[in-house]
Amino acid sequence: MIVNRLQNFPGKLIAVEGLDGSGKSTQLYLLKRWLEMKGLKVHLTEWNSSLIVKAATSKGKKRQLLTPTTFSLIHCTDFADRYERQILPLLKAGFIVLCDRYIYTAFARDAVRGCPRPWLHKLYSYACHPDITLFFNTPLPVALGRILGGRPQLKYHEAGMDMGLASDPYESFRIFQGKIYDEYLAMKERFNFTEIDGSATIELQQEQVRELIASRLDLPRFRRKTL
Amino acid sequence: MRFLGDGIPGVNAEQLAGKLIVIEGADGSGRSTQIEILRNHLENLGHATVNVGLRRSSLVADELQQAKQGNVLGEITRSLFYATDFADQLENRIIPALKAGFIVLADRYIYTLMARDIVRGADDEWLRSLYGIALVPDLVIYLKVSPAQLVERNLAKNSTLDYWESGMDLGLSRDSFDSFIRYQKLIQREFSELQRQYGFTVVNGNLSVRAIAHEINRRIEDIL
Repeated sequence: MIVNRLQNFPGKLIAVEGLDGSGKSTQLYLLKRWLEMKGLKVHLTEWNSSLIVKAATSKGKKRQLLTPTTFSLIHCTDFADRYERQILPLLKAGFIVLCDRYIYTAFARDAVRGCPRPWLHKLYSYACHPDITLFFNTPLPVALGRILGGRPQLKYHEAGMDMGLASDPYESFRIFQGKIYDEYLAMKERFNFTEIDGSATIELQQEQVRELIASRLDLPRFRRKTL
Repeated sequence: MRFLGDGIPGVNAEQLAGKLIVIEGADGSGRSTQIEILRNHLENLGHATVNVGLRRSSLVADELQQAKQGNVLGEITRSLFYATDFADQLENRIIPALKAGFIVLADRYIYTLMARDIVRGADDEWLRSLYGIALVPDLVIYLKVSPAQLVERNLAKNSTLDYWESGMDLGLSRDSFDSFIRYQKLIQREFSELQRQYGFTVVNGNLSVRAIAHEINRRIEDIL
C-alpha cells in the first residue's frame, strides 16, 4: 500500500473524466468498440459498480444517511473493491483498462462537499494514476443543457441537494456542477489531464481520441493471443 | 476535544462537552464485562452514557457482516469498509452524544482497526490520515491479556476460535490454535507501538474482574 507508486504493469490504464453530460461515456464506449474490433484485450469499468458495496451505498443514499465524510468513504470503499479485484488483476494480465470516471471524480465531488483535499488525495493513494486521463471539457451550459433538457428526475445526491445549495433540485444541480467544473479545471495540470473539446461533434471527438490513444500506446502489443 | 487529524467537515471539536472513553483489547480480554461495570458505575454517579462499538453502524453493518462471512474483500476494501462503519457511528452517534454532554463508552475504537490493518501490511501514514477524522479519546484503556489466557477464555466461551481473531486469513498456520497465538502476538506488538504513539493506559487483563474494574475506576476519576 505505497502511495501512487509507479508500477510497471504490462497493461495500461485509461480514464475519462468530465461533468455529467460532457459526452465522456459515449466517447469511451466508442473507444472500447474500436479497440475490441481491432482484437485487443480491453475492459471497461464504471464508477460505482462494485456489487458488495452497492447495497450499502444505495441504502445510504435513499435514507439520506450520508454525510460528506461517509459519502466519501463509501465511494472509496466501492472503488477499492473494484480496484483490488478488477482493475489491478486486469493491468497485471496486460489489458487496456478503460475507466469511466476515476479517482478525480471523487476528488472533485468530495472537495465540493467540504472534505479536505489533502485527506482525499491520501485516501485514494493506494490507486495508481492512469497512463492517460482524458478530460472532456464541455462548457458548463452545454453539459447542463444535455442533462436538464429533458427535465429528468434528478436524484438527491446527484443534484447536490445534501449541501443545501438551493431548494430547487435543478438550481441546486446547476450550482453543484459549476463547482465541480471549477475543481476539474484546478486539477487539470496537477494530474496531467489530456483535454478533449467536448463541444465538438461526436465523430470529431472520437477521431481525436483514437489518434491520441494510437500515438501513446503500442496497440499491437495488446492483441489477444487466441480469438 | 480535538481531532486526531483533519477532522470532519462542519464539526467543531471544541464544542463537544461530553467525554469519550475507549476500551480496547482482544476478544476474551474482558472488554464487555468491564464496559458493563463501568456503565453501572457512571450511571450510579448520575452520568448519562452511550455505548458504541465496531460494526454497529446503520449504514454498512449488515454488508460488513455479510462480506466477513465470505472472506471476499481485498485488504484495502475491508479496511475502508470498517472506516466507513466507524465514520457513520462517529457522526451519527458519538458526536451528537458528546454534544449533548454524554459519556460515550466505546467497545473498541480506531486502534483495533489500525492494528489489524498494519499487521496485514497497510501503510501507517495512510491509516493515520484516514483516521484523522477520529476524535482523540479522553481515556483509552487497553486490556492486555496473554495469548495463552485468551485462548483459554475464548474456548471456554465459544468452543472454537474465531476465524478473524485467529488471523486465519494471514496464512500464518493452517492450525487455528497455532495461528491464534501467533496472530495475537502480532496484534499485541502492534498495540505496544500504537501505545507509544498515542499514549494508552495499559491494564493487565490477566487480573481478576474486580481488580481490573478498580483500576479502571481510578483512571476515570482522573478525567471526570
